[in-house]
Amino acid sequence: MSAAASTERATSAYRAGLTLLLAAACYEAVARSGAFPPALLPTLPKVASTLWALILDGTMLEHAAYTMYRVLVGLALAVAVALPLGILMGRFRPVENFFLPLASALMPIPSLAWVPVFILWFGLGNTVAILIVFYAALFPMLLNAWSGVRAVNPLWLRAAGAMGADERALFWKVIMPGASPFIITGLRQAFLRAWIAVVGAEMLAASDWGLGWVIFDAKEFLNADVMLAALAVIGAIGFVFERLVFGSIERATVMRWGMVRTAKG
Amino acid sequence: MSDLAPAASPSVVAAASARRGESRWWVVARTAFPFLVVALAWEVTAHLGIFPRKLFPPLEDVAAALVRLTADGVLPHHVLDTLLRLLAGFALAAVAGVAIGFAMGRSRRAEDVFLPLVSIGAPIPGLAYAPLFLLWFGLGNTTAVLLVAFVSAFPVVFNTWTGVKAVKDIWVRSAQAMGADNRRLLHHVILPGALPYVLTGLRLGLAQAWRILVGVEMLAAVPWGLGWMIFGAREFLNTDVMLAGVAVIGAIGLALEKLVFQRLEQYTVVRWGMMS
Repeated sequence: MSAAASTERATSAYRAGLTLLLAAACYEAVARSGAFPPALLPTLPKVASTLWALILDGTMLEHAAYTMYRVLVGLALAVAVALPLGILMGRFRPVENFFLPLASALMPIPSLAWVPVFILWFGLGNTVAILIVFYAALFPMLLNAWSGVRAVNPLWLRAAGAMGADERALFWKVIMPGASPFIITGLRQAFLRAWIAVVGAEMLAASDWGLGWVIFDAKEFLNADVMLAALAVIGAIGFVFERLVFGSIERATVMRWGMVRTAKG
Repeated sequence: MSDLAPAASPSVVAAASARRGESRWWVVARTAFPFLVVALAWEVTAHLGIFPRKLFPPLEDVAAALVRLTADGVLPHHVLDTLLRLLAGFALAAVAGVAIGFAMGRSRRAEDVFLPLVSIGAPIPGLAYAPLFLLWFGLGNTTAVLLVAFVSAFPVVFNTWTGVKAVKDIWVRSAQAMGADNRRLLHHVILPGALPYVLTGLRLGLAQAWRILVGVEMLAAVPWGLGWMIFGAREFLNTDVMLAGVAVIGAIGLALEKLVFQRLEQYTVVRWGMMS
């Protein structure tokens, strides 16, 4: 990186920090002006101290643990179903012909629309949330696995075949690495959808624990500080997963194999 | 952003079958076959009586509910209110999102101001804001429309911003060398150049708005709306009404994608040769 680019980056970071400070100051001024009731618009120190108190007594961590459990189980189920199915759809025409119309018909239905139906079928609680996460995460994973396998350059397949690769070697050495950028994109999108869905499912299918439930429950008692604290935790977890987890998965696999460019411009 | 990643979309799905040059009837039959299998499995399960009919109604009950609700005008009213909310929220998001995205793409200062705010707001799931909006704006339409607008603005902003930045420098410079003023530059170079991205942003925004609206209607206790219809049906164990509502929601989602955006793309970017 050249010196000019790094000073420019420093200026940008400085300005970004300034903006955030300014936004925080504006919020603080409005909150303190007394134009709105403090229960609805708590000051930032109040939100921070609430967050700290909830973390210290362990409730926030427990809520976050429940939410993560639901997301990870739902996501794992979705990957376990969608990845093999997507690969089969990409490899075998009859499988594609059967499942593709079903997937395109079910995909436009938002996962939250199923919440009332699932509540009736499975009762309130974990099952509903996990199934909603499963539904939300299923389609991004499926479609990306399918198009990833189809996007593998046919020339590579023929070259590997000409060099005597059997079906198994072809699958592990050519198809899987070739489809991996799509599969990882799918995983990433699936997580994002799952993260959105779990919050909604927890609000609607009240189950005593979970970050979505905390926010919704806090509304009853006008605890806007608890809400904002939970929002911050939700945002932080989402950010960590998006940047750190998926970023490092990407670096360890597709970037290392040279499937995508390292720097995005 | 993962919104910009090379994702598969339903238009890929449609193109895949057209490409092979099969006869139309064969395609129709092949597409209908999986639905017939699933419908048959559903019917058999429903009629075996393993689950109570109230909870697992056969398809004829769902169809009857659909016809009944349509005939007495309840369903059209729900659909209309939902669509109005979607349009109002999405229109707000489109206007504000494109404006902010353009400002961010064109001016360094605007980028530095907005980018941190947008990047902090975007990763929080939209519904998480719902209770906060409910506290601030009360139950009802205002909350629903504002929340939909707020949530669907993020993809619009990100994609517009990327699109404006992706306009080739050399096009801008050559237009300036040929004496284009700022207005002409915007109209003839930057707008067409950024449009594929803007359309992608609008499309993602609309999809997001649609996903969130159903949930918002369940939470915000609006008097009419599809989300409320299916959530309210829970109280009376009307699974047939719920499933009919879910089917209508899916049909509207599909129609938004196929009829609105694919057409729009055909008329603009494909015609101008920006995309094939």
